[in-house]
Amino acid sequence: MKSRHKRFIAIMVGLLLLSAAAALVLNAFRSNLVFFFTPTQVAGGEAPKSSAFRIGGMVKEGSLFRDSEKGSFVVTDTQKDVVVKYHGMLPDLFKEGRGVVAQGQLNAQGEFVASEVLAKHDENYMPPEAKHAMDQAAARKAAETVKP
Amino acid sequence: MIPELGHFALILAFWIALAQGVLPLLGAATGHLGWQSMAKPVTAVHFGLLLLAFLALMWSFVVNDFSVLYVSQHSNSLLPTGYRMAAVWGGHEGSLLLWAFLLAFWSIAVAVFSRTLPLAMSARVLGVLGLISTGFLAFILTTSNPFDRLLPAAVDGRDLNPLLQDVGLIIHPPMLYMGYVGFSVAFAFAIAALLSGRLDAAWARWSRPWTLVAWVFMTFGIGLGSWWAYSELGWGGWWFWDPVENASLMPWLFGTALIHALMATEKRGGFKAWTVLLAIGAFSLSLLGTFLVRSGVLTSVHAFASDPRRGVFVLIFLAVVVGSSLTLFAWRAPKVSMGGRMGLISRESFLLANSVLLVVATGAVLLGTIYPLIIDALNMGKLSVGAPYFNAVFVPLLAPVLFLMVPGVAASWKEAQLHQLVLRLRWVALGSLLLACGVPAILQRMGQGEWLWRTSLGLFLSAWILFGSLKHVLERLRQSGRIPLSYWGMQTAHLGMAVLVVGITMVKGYELERDVRIGIGETVTLRDFTLELKRMENVDGPNYKALRATLEVKKDQRIVAELTPEKRRYFSTAMPMTEAAIDSGWMRDLYASLGDPVEPHPQTGAPRWNLHVYDKPFISWLWAGVLLMVLGGLIATLDKRYRRSSTRVVQA
Repeated sequence: MKSRHKRFIAIMVGLLLLSAAAALVLNAFRSNLVFFFTPTQVAGGEAPKSSAFRIGGMVKEGSLFRDSEKGSFVVTDTQKDVVVKYHGMLPDLFKEGRGVVAQGQLNAQGEFVASEVLAKHDENYMPPEAKHAMDQAAARKAAETVKP
Repeated sequence: MIPELGHFALILAFWIALAQGVLPLLGAATGHLGWQSMAKPVTAVHFGLLLLAFLALMWSFVVNDFSVLYVSQHSNSLLPTGYRMAAVWGGHEGSLLLWAFLLAFWSIAVAVFSRTLPLAMSARVLGVLGLISTGFLAFILTTSNPFDRLLPAAVDGRDLNPLLQDVGLIIHPPMLYMGYVGFSVAFAFAIAALLSGRLDAAWARWSRPWTLVAWVFMTFGIGLGSWWAYSELGWGGWWFWDPVENASLMPWLFGTALIHALMATEKRGGFKAWTVLLAIGAFSLSLLGTFLVRSGVLTSVHAFASDPRRGVFVLIFLAVVVGSSLTLFAWRAPKVSMGGRMGLISRESFLLANSVLLVVATGAVLLGTIYPLIIDALNMGKLSVGAPYFNAVFVPLLAPVLFLMVPGVAASWKEAQLHQLVLRLRWVALGSLLLACGVPAILQRMGQGEWLWRTSLGLFLSAWILFGSLKHVLERLRQSGRIPLSYWGMQTAHLGMAVLVVGITMVKGYELERDVRIGIGETVTLRDFTLELKRMENVDGPNYKALRATLEVKKDQRIVAELTPEKRRYFSTAMPMTEAAIDSGWMRDLYASLGDPVEPHPQTGAPRWNLHVYDKPFISWLWAGVLLMVLGGLIATLDKRYRRSSTRVVQA
């Protein structure tokens, strides 16, 4: 009888610990989801004001600018532009007129302060998020031209 | 002609694999000895055909046959021959062929080394391996044929991705695949045991060395991948929680749980059902990993879904493997005895707790890896799960695993006394605690970096494992009797884990980085090092041009190293590549990567470049730890017991 009690307690403690682990995982998961927004969505105020998110699109031609410590470029989905500020080095694949994805937060001026400008390991590459942003903008444009 | 020969061999291999999958299993089910004994010769033919197909593809790469579509996409006539041979597994189709080839290789190894296995058992194991191969070959032949021709032939190939042109990455995929595919042997043994209804100590003993070898390859492959990312990508990181990395980490975590659970099953007959589930899980995750990395689903879910043949095949294949093995499990497992009783505090209970934690950790990684893909596939928006999630989850889940490693080794099987354990380990605990607080305190006093609780935790755990192992080894040496090789293997691998944790802790706690703009003659200081940019020059490689910076590193006015980071531009892709320069040492690495030219110096007008330099303390310990784990696994595999035990089975 006693050993059965012991076993029951052991199983209960095990389950309790497992649910604690699950709670930990899900909580960490929820607070670390990073959502993606297109420049149009950011311009429309859909993006969160005080938490990190990702933005993607094309690097606008001629928009890359570096001063002594920091730099900036403009990311566009051909309809709306967002200024992205960064510091440090840009990834190898970064180029004007190419796709880009950045992670960071909006500042008070509505500029996007990037903590990370993302690179992938492929040359014929358009980041999927950036492509998504361009496709969305193109679809909207097509819809607008049909409407009137 | 050669590619057609390879294609033909591949088609034949498919039918042979089908025969290998069906006949021996039928023979084992009906007791037909002739069919059972066909397993081995058929396996040999299967291997021969896949070797032929593999060599045919490699030949096409070596002779620059750009009329083969796959070759034209992944090679180039300027590429050195060694890289051309390695380009076989530079893409989706060739990787799958490598997978199938290695599976045939493992199968023939099982056939050769299983002479002492009962005929029905080896027939079942080879049969299951044949079925897996059938599925893979069907996938290759219907959706991803590497021998497809390109008409008219390309004048020159598109070249191998420059990032893949590195020795580390040439051997990384085969090592990793040896691990992935090796788990299919553990899986086949588990399924064979379920089919025969004999889940016993003998099954665990047969399965263990195979699983260990697979785990060794996997460990080495992951370590190599991490080292490659560190030395090639030029971002100074060694683990990015990228889906590609997670895909290999998940089966590794399961495999680690599996090799420990197999030991409990062999020694004590404990938690057999759980061990079988781990074997099924490890293999399913290996399959998932292969497909995740090589199917293109990560680059774009929609592009993947738009070529539905591949996606549908992958999903069906996974569903069949997981579904059928779990069904078999549900059907057979109730017949399995629960195994010996274990006490609440015993080696079994510690092993069980750790394997559960490893499974939970795998689940957490799976969630973070798959969830964004599912949400994207369902068109519910785009999101990503970043490194902070994985770090937040991994530390609390794996710290107890590391902690339990010591009492797990110290405790006896069946039933141990808690107060005795506490008594035996009290000095180990005290010593580790002192070290964990002392070292960061001293380093803070020396101005090397802040004292973080994570640093203390990591140092405590590694000291705990190190001292605990040492104490156990000393106790064991004082006892009489020969110490088996598997014991030394275990202690070496555990020591490797401790060394790995030291590396991770010190890098995370004390690394420094500086991001500067620098011209010739200017300096940058990093801790007590002074780096001066001496010169910039153009260098020509076989298929690229590079800009090379030469940095002189001084400490206390003495030159201690020279770093030459490069920025390369490959002819075929016009894609720039950062080639980092690393000065490695036991206590620290100095790491430099060269960025783009920036605007000239404001006063002098001299040209300047972006430069990123890092000081990475103890990062070599990461690789040393991985190598120790690999070594430990190899030592354990060499244990005589595995050979002797199989002969005993024959005599019985």
